[in-house]
Amino acid sequence: MTELQQGIIILMGIAMVVSAGLAMYVKDLVSSVIAVGVVSLFASILYLILQAPDVAMTEAAIGAGLSTLIFLYALHKTTDKEEEND
Amino acid sequence: MIKRLFAFILLIFTSVMFYTIFSNTVQSTELKGVAKQYAARGADELGAQNLVTAIVVTYRGLDTLGEVAVLFLAATGVALLLRRRKEDEVLPLSEDKPKRQSSELLRTGANLLAPIMVMFGVYIFINGHLSPGGGFQGGAVIASAVLLLFLSDINYKINHTVFGLIESSSGVLYVVTGILGIFLAGGFLDNRILPLGELGSILSAGAIPVIYTLIGLKVGTELAGIIDNMRREN
Repeated sequence: MTELQQGIIILMGIAMVVSAGLAMYVKDLVSSVIAVGVVSLFASILYLILQAPDVAMTEAAIGAGLSTLIFLYALHKTTDKEEEND
Repeated sequence: MIKRLFAFILLIFTSVMFYTIFSNTVQSTELKGVAKQYAARGADELGAQNLVTAIVVTYRGLDTLGEVAVLFLAATGVALLLRRRKEDEVLPLSEDKPKRQSSELLRTGANLLAPIMVMFGVYIFINGHLSPGGGFQGGAVIASAVLLLFLSDINYKINHTVFGLIESSSGVLYVVTGILGIFLAGGFLDNRILPLGELGSILSAGAIPVIYTLIGLKVGTELAGIIDNMRREN
């Protein structure tokens, strides 16, 4: 593993921790969902560097893509209901 | 104050745990045990160029069947919880506030990209035994194509009869292929029921391409069904 790869891995790890922290502390729920998706995106790049392309594909498609959208749909549904109750 | 104390204790326990794992890890220079056997015998026994696929579909095929079953249960649960009531189908989607259509840009782009994305998904699972990827990844890509169509057109509907038929028939065929392995080859989910072929060609590795095509179709239709249930207004 070269120096460059190690540097990228450390950067990706820091970025993942930062976005995971953002997901908890950001007030806006939509931004929080996006931050969770970003964690998955960085994780998939990390898997690719660690030579696990199969896992990277799954993480990118399901973690960063589909689950983010499903969270957004769920969020949309629950906020709609709250407005109806008011 | 108590909350902070608990957080601090949790932090200490987690760091002790991670430190123990980290300090006990020895960097291995060669494969050991069952992994060594897989790497040495996988290509000869199963004829798959991509060793990961050979392990996932054949050596650990039962786990994959379990994963497919878990996904099926999840899709069933979502469909049960968010099921469409009969009156929803009669009523239009919304009569008081008309829904805003997506922008021209998104619609054109989605119509252009969706067929290519479906084709890429099919490519991923057909080439599962040659290159990285497989049924789950290809199915997820197909589901993303359907998702793009959902986003671009709010009135877009999928044909539930066709999707349900594809999903259930591919699930049944997967199990049937697995059971055929008991009678024609070494055991459940053995891929040698079909000729192994030449290593590296598209028609090789016995039943692995067949099984991954079935898994891909099943996962794709299932995930698309989950998204369709989620987006439905009620």
